[in-house]
Amino acid sequence: MLAAIFDNPSVMIVLTGALVGTAASLVGTFLVLRGNSMLSDAISHSIVFGIVIVWMLTRQQSGPVQIVGAALTGVFTVFLTELLVSTRRVKNDAAIGLVFPVLFSIGVLLLNIYARNVHIDQHTVLLGEIGFVWLDTVDIAGYPVPQALLSMGAMTLANLAFVILFFKELKLATFDRSLARALGFAPGILSYALLALLSGTAVAAFDSVGAILFIAFVIVPPSAAYLLTDRLWLMLVYGCAISIMSSIAGYWLAVSLNVSIGGMMAVMTGIFLLAAFLAGPRYGMIAQIVRRRSRERANECRTLAVHLYNHEGGPAQDEENVAAALHDHLHWDETRARHVLRQSIDQGLVVRDGDALALTERGRVEARAILEPWRQEAV
Amino acid sequence: MLEFLSDYTIRNVALGAALLGLISGVLGSFAVLRRQSLLGDTLSHAALPGVCLGFIVAGTRDLGYILGGALITGALAALFMLLLTRNSRLKTDAGLGISLSVFFALGVVLLTWIQSTGNAAQGGLDSFLFGQAAAILRSDLWIMGGITAAALAVVAAFWKEFKLVTFDPVFARTLGLPVLVLEIALTVMIALAVVVGLQMVGVVLMAAMVIAPAVAARQWSSRLEVMVLLSALIGMISGMAGAIVSALGRGLATGPLIVLAASAAVGFSLLFAPGRGIVWEMIRRARNRRSLRSQRVLTTLYRLAAHHGDSAYPSEQGMLDTYHGIATVSVMHRLQDRGLVQPVVHAPEPTPHWMLTPDGIAEAERILATLGKREA
Repeated sequence: MLAAIFDNPSVMIVLTGALVGTAASLVGTFLVLRGNSMLSDAISHSIVFGIVIVWMLTRQQSGPVQIVGAALTGVFTVFLTELLVSTRRVKNDAAIGLVFPVLFSIGVLLLNIYARNVHIDQHTVLLGEIGFVWLDTVDIAGYPVPQALLSMGAMTLANLAFVILFFKELKLATFDRSLARALGFAPGILSYALLALLSGTAVAAFDSVGAILFIAFVIVPPSAAYLLTDRLWLMLVYGCAISIMSSIAGYWLAVSLNVSIGGMMAVMTGIFLLAAFLAGPRYGMIAQIVRRRSRERANECRTLAVHLYNHEGGPAQDEENVAAALHDHLHWDETRARHVLRQSIDQGLVVRDGDALALTERGRVEARAILEPWRQEAV
Repeated sequence: MLEFLSDYTIRNVALGAALLGLISGVLGSFAVLRRQSLLGDTLSHAALPGVCLGFIVAGTRDLGYILGGALITGALAALFMLLLTRNSRLKTDAGLGISLSVFFALGVVLLTWIQSTGNAAQGGLDSFLFGQAAAILRSDLWIMGGITAAALAVVAAFWKEFKLVTFDPVFARTLGLPVLVLEIALTVMIALAVVVGLQMVGVVLMAAMVIAPAVAARQWSSRLEVMVLLSALIGMISGMAGAIVSALGRGLATGPLIVLAASAAVGFSLLFAPGRGIVWEMIRRARNRRSLRSQRVLTTLYRLAAHHGDSAYPSEQGMLDTYHGIATVSVMHRLQDRGLVQPVVHAPEPTPHWMLTPDGIAEAERILATLGKREA
């Protein structure tokens, strides 16, 4: 049974993709909420520098040393960025955009000079090759387990443990940084720890999806989750769920179209985001439009009630309080007038007697509530 | 050297790099001032699917189609970002990151799709990722030059409007300027700069070319006119420097070298630009600190003398050190050079002592008077 799973490349690939997505969106959630998602862009580029340096020092292309090296590189990147900002001569966004290209450039040049024969070529840097993860395996209890799956699994566990252990602290530091500082929770250290984990995850995911596609896994699923819920833990769960679904759907599509698997997985996260953006229950575009429409309708019903109330018992009642007046005096077109009238009658605000329109008692209360709001009446 | 510069490829590369520096320097100034530095990063990554689409449509590596495609997807990415941030609760940073990564992923998918169809002409497409300056042809230069000229012409024609939108969009709106149109124009033109830089530095490093020359130039001037000109100049020089070093060295990629040259310009400007330079500020601070310290020591001497009712009261060096918590020898020697104090011997003690000169008394009284005024 287990052997069948480990011998099946498809399962391995999908599993690796799902782990990349889960690990990334666990940390990414906090980045998105804090409004510095672009740090993931900076970090994922500059770990190239870290990878080359660690490789030159230890000749190891992956494994724990690389992950620690990457964590240091990530923290170094953010430290440099903050140093630039603290000179008060460069704005935050420009500082991010200045630091990582330098580190990335140095990394690429070092690759050019020293590392012509390693497999970290420029292509891997950008795209990774998740399709080959099952080629590089280690034996564990007689099963061939892919190296990438091991390191991604370790990073996922580390991120999960961090988020669970420090859930309260992270929540506080994310939503009320000053309070966290005042209570002595050291939000700065917490956020550096978060970024170190992000960098470690980036280097573990490097072989599979490369530096740039990784950004998609960090930012997009949490953003989609953010459009679906207001609860932090639900946002984490949704983010992971979206990552896993993207991995499965992306793999299936990529294989049937014969294109990059990692790329397709990242595209799928975008598709899920688009779906959440359009059809999310509360913040989705469609929900917003429906809500706006229904508010407009309700307003129109109230307008009608006020109109009828104004002319009730007045000299122009026969002329104003008739269906045709909606068109002539309120300048509503035929369909709009009919809709409003039907809704008002359905809601019991208005009754119709042939052509004449009359307010019900409820309609009168509604109209008075608008015209004379100081008069509190029980509806 | 002249012979070297007359080399056909190198001349092309240097010219291309200069064009890139020119356009990204000018347009980057506006982006940096409008706090949209990372827009360049998003637009350049989003150019990748456009490169692939252009290739698919043209069927060959035709630069016109490829750059056209890059421009279109870059603009689409910017639009997508605006749509996301305006209509949902996602903030700008998330919008930028989403556009960047999803468009880039789309590009990767298209790239591998082209590779799987086995079109023999696709070999050069990879070069747009990291840039491959040596592959630039004379005909490519004409296209890049045309784009640069067009962008510069637009900037020159709408200079006043762009300036106003950059510094005070609210005021611009009250004047009845079409602010949204102008902002879109600036964004699209950054996409133009990106397009020019694709072949030179590639999609990954293009962000730096938009930001670095502008940030460097900003340190030297607070006037937009000067800043834009300087930024263009810095962009051109670092572009050509990177290109030439790359041509001299063996197998060093052009893009990273150009970016490093531009970043070096930023580092130099941050440190040494007159007025704003960090080094000058540090010197200024050290000088202030020193003058404050000598003022404090001088007034201490004065107060000691006043307390003892003896204007020639000799104060002991060690006591002064203890009083101020620092070694004051150097301060005393500086004061002595200015003729404000003089060393005295206070037998039988062998340690150095100091007393105020008449000038020193006058100076200390002047300091105390201004202090008193401030305290009052």
